[in-house]
Amino acid sequence: MFRKRPPPEEERRVRANDREYNEKFQYASNCIMTSKYNIITFLPVNLFEQFQEVANTYFLFLLILQLIPQISSLSWFTTIVPLALVLSITAVKDATDDYFRHKSDNQVNNRQSQVLIRGSLQNEKWMNVRVGDIIKLENNQFVAADLLLLSSTEPHGLCYIETAELDGETNMKVRQSVSVTSELGDPNNLATFDGEVVCEPPNNKLDRFCGTLYWRDSKYGLTNQNMLLRGCVLRNTEACYGLVIFAGPDTKLMQNSGRTKFKRTSIDRLMNTLVLWIFGFLVCMGVILAVGNAVWEREVGSLFQSYLPWDPPVDNFLFSAFLSFWSYVIILNTVVPISLYVSVEVIRLGHSYFINWDRQMFCSQFNTAAEARTTTLNEELGQVEYIFSDKTGTLTQNIMSFNKCSINGQAYGEVTDPLEPPPKRLDFTPFNPLADPDFCFYDDTLLESVKVGDLHTHEFFRLLSLCHTVMSEEKSEGELVYKAQSPDEGALVTAARNFGFVFRSRTPGTITITEMGRPVTYTLLAILDFNNIRKRMSVIVRNPEGRIRLYCKGADTLLFERLHPCNQELMNITSDHLNEYAADGLRTLALAYRDLSEEEWEAWSESHRCAGKATDCREDRLAAAYEQIEQDMMLLGATAIEDKLQEGVPETIAILSLANIKIWVLTGDKQETAVNIGYSCKMLTDDMTEVFIISGHTVQSVRQELRRARERMIEVSRGRDGGKEGGVEGWEGACYNGNGFGGGQAGATGGGGGGEKQLQCPPPPGTPPPPPPPSPPPPLPPLPPQPPSTLMDNISGEFALVINGHSLAHALEADMEAEFVLTACACKAVICCRVTPLQKALVVELIKKHKKAVTLAIGDGANDVSMIKSAHIGVGISGQEGIQAVLASDYSFSQFRFLQRLLLVHGRWSYLRMCRFLCYFFYKNFAFTMVHFWFGFFCGFSAQTVYDQYFITLYNIVYTSLPVLAMGIFDQDVPEQRSLEYPKLYEPGQLNLLFNKREFFICIAQGIYTSVVLFFVPYAVLSDATQSTGEPLADYQTFAVTTATALVIVVSVQIALDTGFWTVINHVFVWGSLGCYFTIMFAMHSQTLFIIFPNQFHFVGSAQSTLLQPVVWLTIALATVICIVPVLAFRFLKLDLKPQLSDTVRYTQLVRQKKRKPVGRSMGGVRGGVGSVSEGRLGARGSSRRSGYAFAHQEGFGELITSGKNMRLSSLALATFASRHSSSWIDTLRKKKHAHTHTPPSASGECSPAPSYVSGSVPPLSTSSSVLGGSQDTPVEEGTHTPPVQSAQVDPVPSTHTPPPSAPASEAACVDVVSPTSVRCPGGDSPGGWTLSLGMVQEALFGWKGIAARTSGSSSPGPPSVAKETSNTE
Amino acid sequence: IAAMMASSYNAKEEDGHHSSGSSHGGAGAVKSKKPDNTAFKQQRLPAWQPILTAGTVLPAFFVIGLIFIPIGIGLYVTSNNIKEFEIDYTGAEVSSPCFNCAKNFSWNSTTSCNCSVPFTLEQPFESNVFMYYGLSNFYQNHRRYVKSRDDSQLNGDRSSLKNPSKECEPYRTSDGLPIAPCGAIANSLFNDTLELYYIHSNGSSTAIPLVKKGIAWWTDKHVKFRNPGGSNNNLTAAFQGTTKPVNWRKPVYELDPSDSDNNGFINEDFIVWMRTAALPTFRKLYRIIQKKPNMTPTLPSGKYLLEVTYNYPVHSFDGRKRMILSTISWMGGKNPFLGIAYITVGSVCFFLGVVLLIIHHKYDNRNNSADIPN
Repeated sequence: MFRKRPPPEEERRVRANDREYNEKFQYASNCIMTSKYNIITFLPVNLFEQFQEVANTYFLFLLILQLIPQISSLSWFTTIVPLALVLSITAVKDATDDYFRHKSDNQVNNRQSQVLIRGSLQNEKWMNVRVGDIIKLENNQFVAADLLLLSSTEPHGLCYIETAELDGETNMKVRQSVSVTSELGDPNNLATFDGEVVCEPPNNKLDRFCGTLYWRDSKYGLTNQNMLLRGCVLRNTEACYGLVIFAGPDTKLMQNSGRTKFKRTSIDRLMNTLVLWIFGFLVCMGVILAVGNAVWEREVGSLFQSYLPWDPPVDNFLFSAFLSFWSYVIILNTVVPISLYVSVEVIRLGHSYFINWDRQMFCSQFNTAAEARTTTLNEELGQVEYIFSDKTGTLTQNIMSFNKCSINGQAYGEVTDPLEPPPKRLDFTPFNPLADPDFCFYDDTLLESVKVGDLHTHEFFRLLSLCHTVMSEEKSEGELVYKAQSPDEGALVTAARNFGFVFRSRTPGTITITEMGRPVTYTLLAILDFNNIRKRMSVIVRNPEGRIRLYCKGADTLLFERLHPCNQELMNITSDHLNEYAADGLRTLALAYRDLSEEEWEAWSESHRCAGKATDCREDRLAAAYEQIEQDMMLLGATAIEDKLQEGVPETIAILSLANIKIWVLTGDKQETAVNIGYSCKMLTDDMTEVFIISGHTVQSVRQELRRARERMIEVSRGRDGGKEGGVEGWEGACYNGNGFGGGQAGATGGGGGGEKQLQCPPPPGTPPPPPPPSPPPPLPPLPPQPPSTLMDNISGEFALVINGHSLAHALEADMEAEFVLTACACKAVICCRVTPLQKALVVELIKKHKKAVTLAIGDGANDVSMIKSAHIGVGISGQEGIQAVLASDYSFSQFRFLQRLLLVHGRWSYLRMCRFLCYFFYKNFAFTMVHFWFGFFCGFSAQTVYDQYFITLYNIVYTSLPVLAMGIFDQDVPEQRSLEYPKLYEPGQLNLLFNKREFFICIAQGIYTSVVLFFVPYAVLSDATQSTGEPLADYQTFAVTTATALVIVVSVQIALDTGFWTVINHVFVWGSLGCYFTIMFAMHSQTLFIIFPNQFHFVGSAQSTLLQPVVWLTIALATVICIVPVLAFRFLKLDLKPQLSDTVRYTQLVRQKKRKPVGRSMGGVRGGVGSVSEGRLGARGSSRRSGYAFAHQEGFGELITSGKNMRLSSLALATFASRHSSSWIDTLRKKKHAHTHTPPSASGECSPAPSYVSGSVPPLSTSSSVLGGSQDTPVEEGTHTPPVQSAQVDPVPSTHTPPPSAPASEAACVDVVSPTSVRCPGGDSPGGWTLSLGMVQEALFGWKGIAARTSGSSSPGPPSVAKETSNTE
Repeated sequence: IAAMMASSYNAKEEDGHHSSGSSHGGAGAVKSKKPDNTAFKQQRLPAWQPILTAGTVLPAFFVIGLIFIPIGIGLYVTSNNIKEFEIDYTGAEVSSPCFNCAKNFSWNSTTSCNCSVPFTLEQPFESNVFMYYGLSNFYQNHRRYVKSRDDSQLNGDRSSLKNPSKECEPYRTSDGLPIAPCGAIANSLFNDTLELYYIHSNGSSTAIPLVKKGIAWWTDKHVKFRNPGGSNNNLTAAFQGTTKPVNWRKPVYELDPSDSDNNGFINEDFIVWMRTAALPTFRKLYRIIQKKPNMTPTLPSGKYLLEVTYNYPVHSFDGRKRMILSTISWMGGKNPFLGIAYITVGSVCFFLGVVLLIIHHKYDNRNNSADIPN
């Protein structure tokens, strides 16, 4: 922390294998240090930090004041003892934290990595790796530093990495070395490598790298494409070598792990305000008493000087008053005791431990318990109003399972009666040795159908085993591993595998499957790749008999249009099945085939090839070509894939929404998927009045859609309020049908229009039709009168809002914010799809800004990090994949369903406990301190304390601390199962009813009342009273002991009243504190102590002499009753007349217990209840139809396959033409790019003409491989037939290297068997579409507005512009 | 500030993913992190959950009322049976016998002033009678006053005797010699002498014997206050090298030369004075009039004369001086407030109980809300 920083680097120069050279620059080593202290610096640094806390400094100031004898109204130890206690507790905690940080630093720093030193690989600790070293990475290893990839065992210097730790994207990414270095291969060559890299200084941009490699008098441009960043994991690559460019703290990972934003709870903020008020109050009292002192000294004190002269420096009453002010500040400071902050921390720590210890939040599958990573937010968990949830990995498991299918009108996989025990899982092994043992299917009729050789069934599975882009790997015979682009494709291929159609291997031109145990090789003629608009993919294969057949799978809506008319009947049946599936929230695909004659194929092949070669509008031509052949198909059936929800998600969401928590799903997924999940997890239901879809592409259209939605809401709720409006439900159904949930894309197919797509629900009868959206957006129509927000708050009926990422970008603009919030917050559920990580954070910030509500963000991936960090509470799902989210989170657990427990049980309790604690705490300190104020009027305002100084010292830290701590930690108003049973119990927290300014004033008033009673009752009783031996009782010491005892007893009775849950610990603490008080008092007043320190223990004998007097006890009893009775009466009245829900629940509980009834409605019962209700609803539904088609993957893989680029050399052994292919593949990519620059993309896409730094003949692995730096797309060249590289460089770094182009090969490839298949711009739908990765998110957080503004201005909307923006800045 | 920069990056957790991934296979080998199933950790500790119901609160009110009212009546009756007589002898009014003394007297006066205050007891005082002097407007509870003493010195510590605590300033030293006893409290020792005479009907007067021992707390007399030099009888020698407080006429070792057990720091009048009062109006025990062995009252009704040796000026700060005679019961002296307060509080509780009972019966919501809104 304190090491001297070298001046900021301008550029970084690194020479490989040359430590001496690199040492000149003093680059940071790879040793990371996250710890703050070492043994020597601990004390000073820690104390320095602690005294930066205002409270601590304040107490230090008091301490200094107390050292001035004229002011000191209390002994110094009354302040220093608590202060020292507080400081040491904090110090111990900090030391422990730092110790663990040291430990983890050491562990990471001592990891082994293989470093190439003097030509040989040696194991080195991570911390000893230096910039300029070449290190070897093996499969599944973490990258130790930011490396420049030099070579890899994979062909073309490719290597695969997983960047989940960095940006949360779980799909694998490809990195490629510069071609000259990829040839270096083995360590011996690498040892001689002495290239020098000149690059940018360390920064936190994950998606950008800019540098140049100088080697052998040549220059090679380097981009992010060549970099392996620390935190990534090497996958599917045997080994690779990399040159360390940035190490340790300079790595992008470390540069990104900036300071965590310190979160404070609203209670914290309230507490700070209140403490300030109390300070104000303190000063007021000080002033009042000082004025009193001035008056007194003038009127009485000056006359009394013969007995009590003024202290030497005091020469007039004003100065005396000034000193008296400070004296009173000291003795009244206990209204804000230092123990407040410590106690709050202790309570929160206790609550955190309870969260950590909760067995019901433990997931045995991942062996992870819930973890409270922040211990300062617990009570805020009881106040959450908005939950922002990620979808994949959070709500869903990201596991697709083949669940049902419909083959030739016959439905399989129906779940039998839910009341019966679940049927046995099918065992495929006897039938098929190649079956995947993990596959689950329950309906044996399908297996029977396969076994009897039903032709349709066979064809069905044949299609599934042929029509896909899955890669297979067969480690040993029969041990197949499928690498699927999207999990749903994997599920389909796996299903086919288990039903006897095993996809074994593929080459660019062939697919080999084992059909019912018989190996068959099909010739792959063409892959008509998937894209977003087509929503289908096809393959054309020639079977061994020579018959050519087209197999197609895709969204039912689109496929049904292309069926042969004779399929009408089957289509109807299948359609019914699809509706059922969709109603169950399953993702469906329709399957069809078409037989092609040789002539048809030839003809089409030719037209396809031409389309592929076309220089302009290639995209459209290809689409047209595909369209042409995908006609007159025969329907085979449909599949239904379950996007497996995490366990208990619908129940959790149901309970949470019953608790008035609004749940927003923010997902990067497609609209269809998101909406489907919305239905399956019961966020959206068919009971909902209306679901609005906002998918406009311009500011105006989004605004209009939002307005229209709002108008509808008001209309509907008016209609509801004044008698049911008839047509609503029916109309709403029509809305679903007509537009589906693909409206956005469907409309965008129009292409050039600039994406003016809006939701075009036919208006309900009676409303004027909305103005049709004109293609050039007209100047904004005069704003309709804003619906007043009060109106919006009273919306009846349930609405939901679905908004697309690109619309969201507009909705988040400054002038739209309010409108969006108004609309969205009136909805019960909001789904934002296709949102970038940045947008997730912006949405959260928006709600924070406009709603003053507590927000909670839950997610599992690094793309949720920004959202998790900006929400009040961030929850990370642990145990699934990357831990970046967990690291950024405040709480982590492994199942979404634990959220209900976290909020409704732990959060609620925490809030309740904290509120009760604070109320009581302020009460007891006011009761304690204000007595001095009253006494001031009787002691000449001299700042004489009422109590013994030891009592003042110990009151807060010993006599009254533990009972209230016990209450703050253990109190429960209702048992945990009740808070889940009655989610409404959560409401007081959201409304902040238990501790607010009003409650605070009530506590204060009660405290002041108590102090009045505690002072004046003894005053009245004792002033004339005498002991039974005749000595007066009105001496100071007796009075002090009486008042103190009364105080301790009153506050103990009060805590007894406040405690609702008396565990053994509470008993021990309450009785123990009382016992402690008496014990310590007797000890302090004992003769022994007095004889040793006569000047310290003045009160010798007071305790026994006082407490033996019956009058004293009568006084104490009287004071206690006077203090408690009004409270008791008030509470009873409140409970009796206006019981809170929790009181009622508690009461019912009591009654039940009394009746000795077994607890009827257990937790299980409730869960079951919710479940059965939802089952019932499922059955009732079905009228609404959603197309839940299942293509989660990006396009472009067809191309990769047919080019053979992504196949291992082994599998390419047969395909000798592979090498020749590469350039043709590049060609297509280029063409594609080219097409993009000219065709405005429909939905959204990466079409930025970005200059990039591709050097040599490196095939650019851009969009489809979804790289980190997705914005660095390949520049596009007009001439598609020219060898790609030299001319294509729009490269600021001139490439001197001449690539070995194979122009003839590229020609040959074109005439080759495989036609380059369509590669469309992967719209906004591919993850690459929003490769706005973490670094950019952070970067863009600042520049967002500007970008958004430009976005709205530019014709290509949405994220692409952002991408363009970034690339242009290069 | 730099030191405050906490990095969110926790290096160890960088590979948390990895280790959890590997734990899948060897699940048996991995220690389960499942939290212990203890009642404490699962927050299932058995607990008593009291709840304020009509069944508990209303009886409580009645019980408090029923306990407090009799106690209050008892206290009131007891207090009424106690006889107390109080007479102000400050001499602030012209008519007062001590007016002249009060007017002329100051600390500097060398001769004492005497005055006699006649009074009549209407009722006889039985049993032991306690004689108090009372001061008003005297701030013995002032912070600077309270701390202006040296308990160590008063406890007989020799070094403190010669070197009193700084708290005693400005009454720490006088003419270079340490003051014993030091401090403002000791300096302002009440030094009026009060004597009581019974005036017989025939006009003759009898001095009433006043006992001056047994008026201080036992712990004060035997623990807190000790003469320097222990039980050494030669107090004069023990206090050698010290001087008397400025207001005093005679040194501390001459407070009661007749009784070595009541002289010096352990003089009971001195001890009583040193036990500072909590309030500016206070009384201090002065003498005890022992009950007579026969059945005659200690102080029969009739005329009495209070002979005051007026030494203590209170005129400057508008103070008042009183002499109080009082008998005592088990609960101490006369204290009507306590009894009245008990009766009042008890009645209020009882009344509250009744009111709450009525409200409870009229507006009880709880039975209706047996089905909880969800």
